[in-house]
Amino acid sequence: MNRKLEKILRRVQKPARYTGGEYNQIIKDKSEVDLRMAFCFPDTYEIGMSNLGMRILYGVINEMPGVWCERVVAPWMDMEEEMRREGIPLWALESGDPVSEFDVVAFSLGYEMAYTNVLNMLDLAGIPLRSADRPGLVPLVFAGGTICCNPEPLADFIDLFVIGEGEDMDREVLELFRQAKKEGWSKKEFLRRAARIGGVYVPSLYEVSYNDDGTIAAIEPKDGAPEVVTKRIVEDFENSYFPTRPVVPSTEIVHDRVTLELFRGCIRGCRFCQAGFAYRPVRVRSVEKLVQQGIESLKNTGYQEISLASLSSSDYPGLSRLCDGLLDWCEPRNINLSLPSLRADNFSMDIMKRVQKVRKAGLTFAPEAGTQRLRDAINKNVTEEELLESCRVAFEGGWNGVKLYFMLGLPTETDEDVLGIAGLAFKVLETWKKHAINRGRGARITVSTSCFVPKPHSPFQWEAQVTMDEYRRRVKLLADNMKSRAINYNWHDPETSLIEAVLSRGDRRLGAVIEHVWRNGGRMEAWSENFSLQRWLDAFKACGLDPAFYANRERGRDEIMPWQRINMGVRPEHLWRERERAYSFTLTPDCSVRCTGCGASALTKGGLYCG
Amino acid sequence: MDKLRLKFSKTGRAVYISHLDLMRTVQRAFFRAELPLKYSEGFNPHPLISIALPLPVGTASLCELMDFRLAGEAELSEIPARLNAVMPEGIEALEVYCAERKFGEIKWLRVKGEFEYDGHRRRELERFFAAESIVVPKRTKKGISEIDIKPAIRSLSFNDSGLEAVVSVQEPSLNPELLVQAIERLAPELAPDFVSFTRLEVYDENMEIFR
Repeated sequence: MNRKLEKILRRVQKPARYTGGEYNQIIKDKSEVDLRMAFCFPDTYEIGMSNLGMRILYGVINEMPGVWCERVVAPWMDMEEEMRREGIPLWALESGDPVSEFDVVAFSLGYEMAYTNVLNMLDLAGIPLRSADRPGLVPLVFAGGTICCNPEPLADFIDLFVIGEGEDMDREVLELFRQAKKEGWSKKEFLRRAARIGGVYVPSLYEVSYNDDGTIAAIEPKDGAPEVVTKRIVEDFENSYFPTRPVVPSTEIVHDRVTLELFRGCIRGCRFCQAGFAYRPVRVRSVEKLVQQGIESLKNTGYQEISLASLSSSDYPGLSRLCDGLLDWCEPRNINLSLPSLRADNFSMDIMKRVQKVRKAGLTFAPEAGTQRLRDAINKNVTEEELLESCRVAFEGGWNGVKLYFMLGLPTETDEDVLGIAGLAFKVLETWKKHAINRGRGARITVSTSCFVPKPHSPFQWEAQVTMDEYRRRVKLLADNMKSRAINYNWHDPETSLIEAVLSRGDRRLGAVIEHVWRNGGRMEAWSENFSLQRWLDAFKACGLDPAFYANRERGRDEIMPWQRINMGVRPEHLWRERERAYSFTLTPDCSVRCTGCGASALTKGGLYCG
Repeated sequence: MDKLRLKFSKTGRAVYISHLDLMRTVQRAFFRAELPLKYSEGFNPHPLISIALPLPVGTASLCELMDFRLAGEAELSEIPARLNAVMPEGIEALEVYCAERKFGEIKWLRVKGEFEYDGHRRRELERFFAAESIVVPKRTKKGISEIDIKPAIRSLSFNDSGLEAVVSVQEPSLNPELLVQAIERLAPELAPDFVSFTRLEVYDENMEIFR
C-alpha cells in the first residue's frame, strides 16, 4: 500500500472498506493472468459486499484460468475528496492496482439511483465516460444486473450490456475478449462479434430515431446486430455455481451473513412487480442442495447467521424441511437462521414461530394496497382475512409490532382505496387488542407508503406515475384518517420515486441528463441525504427534456418502448393482457395453479407453456 | 477449559480494522478453525472473549492479547497454526497459553513510531521530549482538558526511522498519537509529515513482559 493512500486512510470514515485483504479474497499470480477484470459495484462497500449477484459472479469469473476478477467499490464522498486532492486513481481491492490498468471494467447495476456513481467511478479511474471516446479495444466497459432490462439510459457510456443471468454469458464475453486482445481486433470488430453472443446488447449497434412528439420512431439494429436480444438464464439452477466460499468482510456490512438462494423467478405475477416477470421462469434448488450449501458456507466463512433469499420465500416448496435441516446444524452452534419477509399466511407464521424462538424481530407484511378491489387489480393474492389471521397468530405468539407496506398511486387507485389502508391498520389494531398476550408494552403498528414506480417488462409498463402533488394529497388524506397513538405512519418522499420512474423507463437521451447531474455533484444518490431533486430538474432543463414525459405520461399500446429490443422472456402481449385484467380487477392464478402461457418457458425447453 | 490467552499481531492492511470489527473477525476465525468458543449463558448468548487495550485504527501491533474460553478441548500449541490457516491478511496468531494475570496488571507499552522526517530534526526532537513537562489538550468525557504527558513517558529515543518509546497504557493511559500531537502543537516546525505507530510489547509495573 502506498504512503499517499496510507495517509488518506487515516482521515476517512471506515477505512477498512477500502483496503481489501479480507478472508477468502481471491489473489492470483499476475504472471499467470492474461485478463484482468475490475468488477465495480456503484455504491458503498457495505452494500456491494452484501449483494449476492456480486458474490456469485466474482466466484464464477475467478474460476476461469488466467482471468483475475477483482472488486471495486464506490468511495464515499470524504474518500473521493481525498482521492481527487491527492491524485489517487480508483483502485481494486485485491491488488490495490489502478482500475485503468485493467482489461475489462464491469458494473453490476441494481438500482437507477446508482447511475451517477457509474460515471463517477469511470472518472475516478481516469477512463473517458463515453463509449465513443474510448476508441481502443481496452478497456472494455460492460454492465449487467437487474436494471439493464432497460439499458438505454446508460447507452452512451457502456460498450455492451449483458442481459439476464451472468453465470454463462459473462464467461463467454470474457473468452471472446481474450481472443480479441490476443488477435488484435479493433473495438468495433469485437463489439460486432460480441453482439452474436446470446444476451449481449451493444447499444452502439442500434440506431434510435424519434417522432416529433418525442416518442421513439424506431430502434434499428445495424452491422448484423440481432433484432431482439433475449436474456440469458441458468437452466440447471440446481447444479449452477453457488459461492460457498464468499469473501468475509473484516468490517460490518449490511447483510453480514450467509445468504442462500432458494429459487429464481416467482410464481406470483403481482402486476406492479418487475422482478416477478423479468426473472421468469421459476427454477428451484432442492432442500438437500441448499442445506449442503448452507453448512459449507457457514464452515468456510465463520458467519454466525444465515438467511434465505428469493422473491417470495413462502412459496419455496420445501421451506419447512429446509428450516429444519438448517436448524439441526445451526442451533447447537449458536448460529441464527433469519427469515426474509414471508407472506401473511398461517403456514409462514408457523415457520416464523419455530425459527425465531427467542428474538422477536419485527414482522413485516406487504399488502401493497388497502382494499380487496385494488389488491385484485394488482394481482396481490392476499386477503384481509389472511392478513388479520396472521396478525392474530403473531400477537398470540407474543409479537406486538407489525409493519405494513403499501404503495400509493397504483393504477385504478381511488380515495376509497387510500382510506382502505387506514381501515386495514385499524383492524390490525383491533386484532391486537383482542389477542395480544402481552399488552403492557402497547402495540406498534407501522404503516409505510411509497409512491408507485411503473417498471419496464411489467404489466404496468404503460402506466403514468401519479404526480408528486397527487401523491402528497393521498398521503395527507391517509394521515388525516389514520390518527392513533398505536399507529405510526411513514411515507417515502415522492421526489426520488419521480426520478426512478424517469430513469427506469427512460431512453438514451437521458445519458446527457445523468452526466449533467454527475457534473454538478450528483453522487451516492441512493442515500436520501445526497439526493437533490433540484439538481435533476436543472439537468432536464439544460438538456431540453421533460421528466413528466417519462414519468407521468401513459403510453399507448403500440408505442415503441426504449427496451423494445430486449426480450426478458415474457411476451409483451402477455403483459398487455395482464394490464387489461388489472382494469377489470381480475385475478390471474399463480404459476403453481395454472400456466398462463406468459412465454418465459421458451427460455428453457421452448414453447409457450410450462409443464 | 481454562481461560486462554492469544497473543497475535495486526499489521499491514489489517491495521484499518476497528476494535469492534476485530472482535467479529477473530470470532469468525475461531469458528472456521473449528475451535468453538464458549458462550455466555442467558437470554442473548455471546462468545466470552475480550481483547486488552483496544488498538486505535491505523496503529499496528505485534503484541495484541485476547482472552477466550473454548467450548471443547484443544492442544494449545496447535491453536495458532489452526487459526493462521483461516485468518484474513495481516492478523497472525503468535501464541496461546493459559491466562494467569489480569489485563489490569498491564502498565507499560513499548511502541515504535515510524517518522517521515529528515535526520537533522532528530536532535531537536529529543530535546523537545527532554522538557520538564509537556502539556497538551486531551479530549475526555468531560470535554477538553490540559494534561501533562511527560510522567506517562518512561523512556523515549529517536533513531533514523523515528522514535521508540515506553509509555504508560493504564492509569494513566497515553495514546502514542499524543506524542505526535504534542510536537504538532508545541513545536510545529519539527512536526513529521507522517507517522505510523506499531506496538511492540506490553509490560507490567516492573517492566517484566506481561503474559
